[in-house]
Amino acid sequence: MTILVTKDREFLLPASRTFIALSLLGALVLDWLPWSGIWLSLRPDFVALVLLYWCTHKPYRIGIGIAWAMGILADVADASLFGQHALAYAVLAFGGIVLHRRVQMFDLRQQTMQIFPLVLAAYAVYALVHWQLHGYIAWEYFSGSVTTTLLWAPLTLLLQALRRPHAENEL
Amino acid sequence: MEHTDSVRFFKRGPSPVVRLVFFSLLSLLLLFVDARYKYLESTRNVLATLVYPIQRLATLPATVWHEVDEFLVTQTGLIDENEQLRERHITDIAHLQQLRILQKENARLRKLLDVQQHSEYRLQLAEVIYVARDVFQRKVFVDKGSQAGIEAGQVVMDDNGIIGQVTRVYPWLSEITLVTDRDHAVPVQIARNGLRSIVFGAGDTGDLSLRYMPVNADIKEGDELVTSGIDGTYPPGVPVAMVTHIERDPAYPFARIVCSPVAGVNDQRFLLILSNERKLPPRPLAASEQPHGKGKQGRRKMLP
Repeated sequence: MTILVTKDREFLLPASRTFIALSLLGALVLDWLPWSGIWLSLRPDFVALVLLYWCTHKPYRIGIGIAWAMGILADVADASLFGQHALAYAVLAFGGIVLHRRVQMFDLRQQTMQIFPLVLAAYAVYALVHWQLHGYIAWEYFSGSVTTTLLWAPLTLLLQALRRPHAENEL
Repeated sequence: MEHTDSVRFFKRGPSPVVRLVFFSLLSLLLLFVDARYKYLESTRNVLATLVYPIQRLATLPATVWHEVDEFLVTQTGLIDENEQLRERHITDIAHLQQLRILQKENARLRKLLDVQQHSEYRLQLAEVIYVARDVFQRKVFVDKGSQAGIEAGQVVMDDNGIIGQVTRVYPWLSEITLVTDRDHAVPVQIARNGLRSIVFGAGDTGDLSLRYMPVNADIKEGDELVTSGIDGTYPPGVPVAMVTHIERDPAYPFARIVCSPVAGVNDQRFLLILSNERKLPPRPLAASEQPHGKGKQGRRKMLP
């Protein structure tokens, strides 16, 4: 189905379970690099991006449940409350699944415009929970949603390239 | 959305909306339980142990970089550093000699006055593995945990002053809340005149603030704040912060006082964790609890 509706009609290898798991693991590692200071607020949320990629390209393989589980892991690692990331990622995955046909029809620039609201919604959910519990919002937190969105195109290109068959198989 | 499940030839399980509602409710339930009752600490411990290898993997590049950096030091650099350390060592020895005499004298005087002795604090060196990636929090994680005897509530400092407090302990790592974390409070006194107060973290700026100080309080820019040791958690006399800015507006009852931390709160790699073995006598219970008979017992314990 992906092959038929992708705009440039490229042929992609089926995503194996290991590949999906490895991409998520890689995203976790990137997220947990020692970011600090100004870089911390600008840090793109790689886990959110990879989850969104799989939710839009393989919506029946990676869904809200897996996004939620990744959120729980992120909660433990960040010492945030249980469910804070999980809720944000669940909302993100839902948005990705709802919009998956549209995103697959578009080119990268249009895709970027489409996913920005989704990422922003996930960030807003996280900030909202924090505001409810602690009573304040750090506005620079939202700058991370912009860098996350800007990285959508490079990340999509990278993952598509990894899923493409090797050169010697081409005619 | 309607396209997704208007015609369903294959069984795909519950629709996305149902799943979203289910997982959102689950998240909210977890949030509520975690925020109110703290029942989930053991689950958190188990998951933290699972996540630990990935975290180490993430910090590996930085660790390798530091190792390589340390390996490639030039000899002249080492000689220079050695020279500096030697000089510092000699001056430190002179200070230490005086300190020992003072300590003995102090102990004798305290004995004469029958005041409780200050016990010594045991120190443990720990290395910061990574900073919490949450912009809202000022927390770091260090590589010592309950396996190394770290307990929640212990004080963390570097060679200049207070860094923060251990707030959560996992088997191999522990979470430290920095003094700059919002609403993290440290009981302090002004070194110049002994005026007592409590310093709070500002949360968003990396500064500290002294709240509830009257407009006419005797405090100046450049005053040093040291721990007062009254709470029994922090050892007395450790530097915490320096007053950087004071705004006295007579329209408000309290002055707005901004301080900056003395210790390298944001850039320190190695930290010292203090074991507080000194326990204060139990606090006398509130008057409302006295009819149960507990209040009297509490008071009796305080007597020598």
